[in-house]
Amino acid sequence: MNATFTVARKEVRDTLRDRRAVLSSLAGALFGPALFAVFMNFTVERTIDEGEAAIEIPVVNAAGAPNLVAYLGQHLIEAKGAAFDSREELRASVRRGETEVGLVIDKQFGAALGEGKAARVWIVSDRANASAQTAVARVRGALRGYSSLVGMLRLQLRGVDPGVARPLAILNDDVSTPSGRSVLLLGAFTYFLLFACFLGGLHVAVDSTAGERERGSLEPLLTLPVSRGALVAGKFAATAFFMAVALIIGIAAFAVAVDYLPLAEVRMDADLGLVECAMAFAVLVPIAVLGAGLLNAVTAFTKSFKEAQSYSGIAMLLPTLPILLIILNPMQPTIPMMLVPSLSQHLLITSIVKAESIDPLYFAVSAASTVAIGALFGLLAVWRYRSEKLLV
Amino acid sequence: MIEAEGLTKRFGDVVAMDDVGFRADDGRVTGLVGPNGAGKSTTLRVLCTVIKADSGQARVDGVDVAARPLDVRRQIGALPHLSGLYPNLSARENIAYYAEMQGMPRREAGRATRTVIDRLGIGDLSDRRAKGFSHGQRIRVALARALVHRPQTVILDEPTNGLDVVATRALRDVILDLRRDGRCVLFSSHVMQEVAMLCDELMIISEGRVAISGTPDEILRETGCGDLEDAFVAAISSERKSN
Repeated sequence: MNATFTVARKEVRDTLRDRRAVLSSLAGALFGPALFAVFMNFTVERTIDEGEAAIEIPVVNAAGAPNLVAYLGQHLIEAKGAAFDSREELRASVRRGETEVGLVIDKQFGAALGEGKAARVWIVSDRANASAQTAVARVRGALRGYSSLVGMLRLQLRGVDPGVARPLAILNDDVSTPSGRSVLLLGAFTYFLLFACFLGGLHVAVDSTAGERERGSLEPLLTLPVSRGALVAGKFAATAFFMAVALIIGIAAFAVAVDYLPLAEVRMDADLGLVECAMAFAVLVPIAVLGAGLLNAVTAFTKSFKEAQSYSGIAMLLPTLPILLIILNPMQPTIPMMLVPSLSQHLLITSIVKAESIDPLYFAVSAASTVAIGALFGLLAVWRYRSEKLLV
Repeated sequence: MIEAEGLTKRFGDVVAMDDVGFRADDGRVTGLVGPNGAGKSTTLRVLCTVIKADSGQARVDGVDVAARPLDVRRQIGALPHLSGLYPNLSARENIAYYAEMQGMPRREAGRATRTVIDRLGIGDLSDRRAKGFSHGQRIRVALARALVHRPQTVILDEPTNGLDVVATRALRDVILDLRRDGRCVLFSSHVMQEVAMLCDELMIISEGRVAISGTPDEILRETGCGDLEDAFVAAISSERKSN
């Protein structure tokens, strides 16, 4: 026990002395939340902007359709009259990419409307310009609205019930809660945290086995009166320590990021207060045990620093597979799923973010199974340390 | 004191040690000499309990290396062929780590570390990180690390390899000090002059077998050679012929 503590303390100190190692271990924990914040901010702002902000579009012959222009104005589409004199000028501007979308009102617009015929309006846009498509859709939607409004008025004038022309009334009934809606976007949460956690332990695991061998410090270490089990346990503990620290940093960074994001404005809500953060940590910390076992086992079987790094890079991908699976094929949590590390944590974290209650049994099964598998990997590392092949 | 009999070790088809037996007494320096790949390191590794022999027995102060490796490790100080330090730790921290791993409480480990630093005269290195050490400095710190718990038996694998004259001389003084202290020193080398200067007992090992052993004088008499280098070559070639 004493030797285990001595080894763990030495590995932690050794790693903390290496500024690059600390940076690569812990900056990984900030990378996920930072990427997440930037991406989310972008998405949220775009949703807000394009859904609600007023846009200005040039309208040729706006004077020919004052009612339509007024209707568009009510839907936050401001008509810029007099920007272009002809349809050709507008088309040229759109083609050059200077204008995203514009309207052309036919010269006979007023007359056609008056006679009860179809009046012509051109939406001038470039289908290849992807960023203009939201504006185009809004303009088209507003025009459709105006068209059906005028159509209903015409029917009413002729004494016909407008409902005759609308055989279907399509209504949306969205039962999702504000927190539930955020799950889709916060699905990345567990993924990034698992990644941060593994990255946190990577350096110390690689350095304390493969690095030890490469520096030639392993053989003298093995001549000390310490059992191989105690040796591995110390390295295991140091790895798990760094993984847990990376996890705390990752969760804290996410809490800060979520706090700053204008989620409410897109009718989402993710509560990551102190209680939720503590629960998330409790759910995820068994992963530190699993990861410490996995990384130490993998690095014990490799011969050099480089080899250890590439193999543990592959090993780090393993825990993300169940998450990808569940994102592609959503399922309700069951007890057998709680036996699968990373899948169980993802489901539990999702429940926390959705502000649902967690079944303590589920939590216990998830933690016990993950820790047990981590311990098995640890035993595998001990077995390897007992083998003479460790040195060769 | 080290006693070995009938040690044999195979790595696949290669016989690294074939019926190796010898005795290294306390208060004496025993040298293990042989060409590269003769089985010197394998023999020392078995004695350090890092690997196990396929057959045969070895005891350090009466304790069997295969049956009670942890007890043996408490009694030996080992300087394996590759003795890397932890580059991010200072010399003092490197040594103190080993002292604690030998089971000393922290304060005692600190005291033992100071003592060995003084004894080996590496005070100028003690608080520098090992990252920038020269090969000679690394070996001296690694030796201090191996001696911090004052082991009765000291096993050194080619300690003078790559050392300059001054460093070699410093190391020689340490070995002679240990002998004066009544310790058992077993070291390997492939430099004959060095062995001749230091050793009380000598074993010439070739192709996994002990070709000849005894005091330097006995070996000269037995081979009928004028100096140890000739004796070394004669012993090795006769061993090769007999195989």
